[in-house]
Amino acid sequence: MKPPFESWGRYPSYDATLKPLHWQGDFPAVLEGAHSGALAVGMGRSYGDVCLLNEGTLLPTTSMNRLLGFDAETGLLTAEAGITLAQILDFAVPRGYFLPVTPGTKYVTLGGAIANDIHGKNHHLAGTFGNHVTQFELVRSDGEQMHCSRTDNPDYYAATIGGLGLTGVITWAQLRLKPIVSRRIDFQGIQFHGIDEFLSLTQQAAHIEYTVSWIDVTSTGKNFMRGVFMQGDHSQVPAALKPSPKPKLVFPFELPGFALNRYTVGAFNTLYFHKQMKQRVSALQDYEPFFYPLDIAQHWNRMYGKRGLLQFQYVIPWEHAREGTIACLQEVAKSGLASFLAVLKVFGEVESPGLMSFPKPGITLALDFPIKPEKSFALFDRLASMTQEFGGRLYPAKDARMTAPQFQAFYPQWEKLARYKDPALTSGFWERVVGADGGAR
Amino acid sequence: MSFDPKLQKSEPQLALRYVPESEGEAASSQPDGQRRILVLGATSGIAEATCRLWAARGDKLFLVGRSADKLNAVAADLSVRGASFVDTTAVDLDDCSRHAEVLSHAVNALGGLDVVFIALGVLGDATEAEHSFAEAQKILQTNFVSVVSLLTWLAGYCAQRHHGTLAVLSSVAGDRGRKSNYVYGSSKAGLSAYVDGLRNRIDREGVSVMTIKPGPVQTAMTEGMKGSSKFADVETVAATLVRAIDKGTDVVYVPGIWRIIMGVITHIPEFVFKNLNL
Repeated sequence: MKPPFESWGRYPSYDATLKPLHWQGDFPAVLEGAHSGALAVGMGRSYGDVCLLNEGTLLPTTSMNRLLGFDAETGLLTAEAGITLAQILDFAVPRGYFLPVTPGTKYVTLGGAIANDIHGKNHHLAGTFGNHVTQFELVRSDGEQMHCSRTDNPDYYAATIGGLGLTGVITWAQLRLKPIVSRRIDFQGIQFHGIDEFLSLTQQAAHIEYTVSWIDVTSTGKNFMRGVFMQGDHSQVPAALKPSPKPKLVFPFELPGFALNRYTVGAFNTLYFHKQMKQRVSALQDYEPFFYPLDIAQHWNRMYGKRGLLQFQYVIPWEHAREGTIACLQEVAKSGLASFLAVLKVFGEVESPGLMSFPKPGITLALDFPIKPEKSFALFDRLASMTQEFGGRLYPAKDARMTAPQFQAFYPQWEKLARYKDPALTSGFWERVVGADGGAR
Repeated sequence: MSFDPKLQKSEPQLALRYVPESEGEAASSQPDGQRRILVLGATSGIAEATCRLWAARGDKLFLVGRSADKLNAVAADLSVRGASFVDTTAVDLDDCSRHAEVLSHAVNALGGLDVVFIALGVLGDATEAEHSFAEAQKILQTNFVSVVSLLTWLAGYCAQRHHGTLAVLSSVAGDRGRKSNYVYGSSKAGLSAYVDGLRNRIDREGVSVMTIKPGPVQTAMTEGMKGSSKFADVETVAATLVRAIDKGTDVVYVPGIWRIIMGVITHIPEFVFKNLNL
């Protein structure tokens, strides 16, 4: 049976009771009569179990999506936490503003973006999403309403940014948008071979706002670590700022589990690498395909079949970033498992205000694989240990496998988060990496 | 919100016969295209989604609902989205004795009236209402009696000025009594009949009266109902309503497929229908 709420990876699959929040005043009254733990959730676009809770009470927030204030001079936007980034863009783009940081999908909520302290292609210049959240309200299960900013309840402000939804329910938040004059992105795609070419392209693009690379992880030998480096800036040439059309495509059914294998993905990767015929192409591109190429088809995760997909994302600090990345990608190539969406990026120095924020200076690699328990779990577990050996850490929003000792080593500050955690709130992730009673201390 | 006693002096007469225009307020649409819209039951899912579209085109909105907190949240959202005017009154519209005061205040605040959208309604507890007259009465009061009271005043006001659109949210559930929810259904059946009749009386006075019959829509009202994930999307319903209200369509089924579904359902013979589980 289909569970009532799924994460984007559709793994693990948990039963839960849904009690949607429609109004800012609904929490904590909604918990009356609920005996299990609870967790506010948004669009379910995190991949693992940070947005799940086995046999718990999930509080979907997407009906709580009202705009509460907008200053056209400063770009400060205040909205309820269940608004999606897509809805913010629909409002902001025609008014000449854009998100200060955006992930690879616009179908995430404001509250979810804060709770996971998400990052985007401009991390090297803009930092994380939390860097642009000026204030928000946190409501605790005892009914206390806390106004949080860098100066007001600064400890709760820090604990909530990247706090995985455990410190309370965010009812509204204020975000500093940034001005644009066009929907378009001045885009360049550059083919590269190997990590050193990637690093030198990164260095040359240090002043360019958005950079990210797709890499072909199925190729070995002379094509090992070939990829396309993509860079872009908002176009400075004024052009019409129309809202985006609504997506019409829906991935209609689940592909059978064997459909994505090393041969089909390998063929795709070769095609994708050579999609651009020249070593370097430049174009003016709308922001939709630049930032959200996969949002064009709703439910694209069905491509991975019933079992779902696993995401894996590490950051390895500069000290071991180069050797660690080569070693991990060799491990992936050796495993024979295919990953479509292999993404490589360099994180910058901008520090997040969040206590548990994932990014730190170094190289980040994101991979995804269809779930094949014996093979993909084994590979994941190897990659997680390698990440730990190289001094890196994994991203909770994209994890369904890291062990409690690994999490506690990656994020030694977890004990501090536990002190700010709301006793009524918990998540599948938290119970896995800390234990059901972990928050009680 | 407190009422300015001065405003109430200009309260229009309830006379339903034709009275020549006597007040200074504009009877026709505002010249700049902003329409003056009164929304009753404004915190309902369908009303809020519809108001967002009106706000985006700069209309003037007056919202009436039960909860001041909810009205404030909706009003903030609508003014950010571009409504040229938003004001609210929190009142329990089950209390019909307040209607004249609330409506005249709203009309004065808007400076006239182009559209009224009546979206109050409760689903109630169908099983409870089978046995408890108190529950049945509550459903009938909110969905039918209160709306009749509101429409009596509003029809008088609009007919007097030969201007206005009265868009009333009924339901497909009113097209035929069904065992699963007949108290709600009968409240909506009564409402549909009342609104249809009202249209036949005052359409010739230059007032559009619309019977709106939504099928099940994904809102707080239908949350947790079986199959609710397949219900119509509230934003699509709102877009249809905005277009229909612009045109003043007499009877609107949203989504349109429900006109056909209900056409079939109302033609099933009763000896068959009574053995179905609808």
